[in-house]
Amino acid sequence: MTQINVRVDGVTYTDDVEPRTLLVHYLREQLGKVGTVIGCDTSNCGACTVHLDGSAVKSCTVLAVQADGGEVTTIEGLAPQGSLHPVQKAFHEMHGLQCGYCTPGMIMASVDLLKENPDPSDTEVREGIEGNLCRCTGYQNIVRAVQQAAGEMRGATNGHVSAADVDIAAAPHVVGQS
Amino acid sequence: MIPAAFEYARPTTVDEALQAIAAGGDDVKVLAGGQSLIPVMRLRLAAPETVVDLGRVAELRGVRDDGDAIVIGAMTTHHDVMTDPLVQQYAPLIAEATETVADRQVRARGTFGGALVHADPAGDLPAVALALDAEFVIAGLEGRRTVSAGEFFVDYLTTAVEEGELLVEIRVPKLAGEWGMRYEKFNRVAQAWSIVAVAAVVRRENGHIAEARIGLTNMGSTPLRATAVEAALAGAQASPETIAAAARSAAEGTSPSSDLNAQADYREHLAQVLTRRAVTAAAGL
Repeated sequence: MTQINVRVDGVTYTDDVEPRTLLVHYLREQLGKVGTVIGCDTSNCGACTVHLDGSAVKSCTVLAVQADGGEVTTIEGLAPQGSLHPVQKAFHEMHGLQCGYCTPGMIMASVDLLKENPDPSDTEVREGIEGNLCRCTGYQNIVRAVQQAAGEMRGATNGHVSAADVDIAAAPHVVGQS
Repeated sequence: MIPAAFEYARPTTVDEALQAIAAGGDDVKVLAGGQSLIPVMRLRLAAPETVVDLGRVAELRGVRDDGDAIVIGAMTTHHDVMTDPLVQQYAPLIAEATETVADRQVRARGTFGGALVHADPAGDLPAVALALDAEFVIAGLEGRRTVSAGEFFVDYLTTAVEEGELLVEIRVPKLAGEWGMRYEKFNRVAQAWSIVAVAAVVRRENGHIAEARIGLTNMGSTPLRATAVEAALAGAQASPETIAAAARSAAEGTSPSSDLNAQADYREHLAQVLTRRAVTAAAGL
């Protein structure tokens, strides 16, 4: 076992892990961060995308020991409890999902893309999320959602967007999990 | 799936890394960005006794100017290579090809040296290194040696890096004169490997092609130079007809495989078409 110190969604953890433990398994099974899902066994689908030290990575293709000393943000830590990040809000409003399985990874990849390119063309959005597979939507509404979020984030004063309030009636599952 | 258990070493210098490799037993794998190694370990196609993680070896990261060459540290990520001003100025072909590697998540972790030393014939960077006459600096416990791109790629997934050695940096000569470059890649889905790709580097002089260097991706077990095309283009007039005629020899001396993605004869056809496109663009036509 190897000891790691890692900050996940703002909380510091010290844990013993086997070197072969994948980051995604550490997040899900040791920390209970089950918002990050596993969609494939081949590093293709991107469903497990999280941010490691500020960059989107596929957490099934990173060892937990490689995240030692690092900072991880998962879909669960993207916005304060009870609120949605503008990209989450846009996916909800623009119907950027059907079954929802790819959504955590899609959102984490999109947030990473918009940080580097705040005003992407549709082609740039499609290239930016080329590492994420969706088998339901045909990507049309995902691209629309990313564009809507990009517009909202650009329009925000001083470049900082506060998280949107959640419509509790529409999304009861994202509130009240203190 | 989860990789088989292994011993884990995390050195912080090249010397420590070489010691860890030497002490690691019979089957040691070096972990760079892990974007090829971790998938094959997960599939249990590799089950090394020891993994030596280079993630903390800071001296292996970054791009520096070294007079007549730029030097790319083996652990520089694809993202950092693509966005590096020296690469963009002196070797834009590397940036152009790297942008086509996998996807942004993989490019955030995957490294230039890791992709080269993995030496997958469908990988994009080996043919680019070959076309740019890059040199590979390999460290061992006895010291360092430098090999040319032509000597570096030995066979399928096999390079001149011997057991106990480590690829530390890649020297890319700065090109003097008026050069154009283009990477033309053919694949069917966004994040897929190249079915065939062509890297062209062309020096133009008074409406002529003074020199052309053409690297072929996935036309054999190693990256190859299209030497017949290069010979036909040397000193030739830079016209679409001349380039199209020369490009017809692009598959000469190659031995592409047949697999689920393409038959060998289709790859030969692609090599000709992509060579014509790449050279035409590199020649500024």
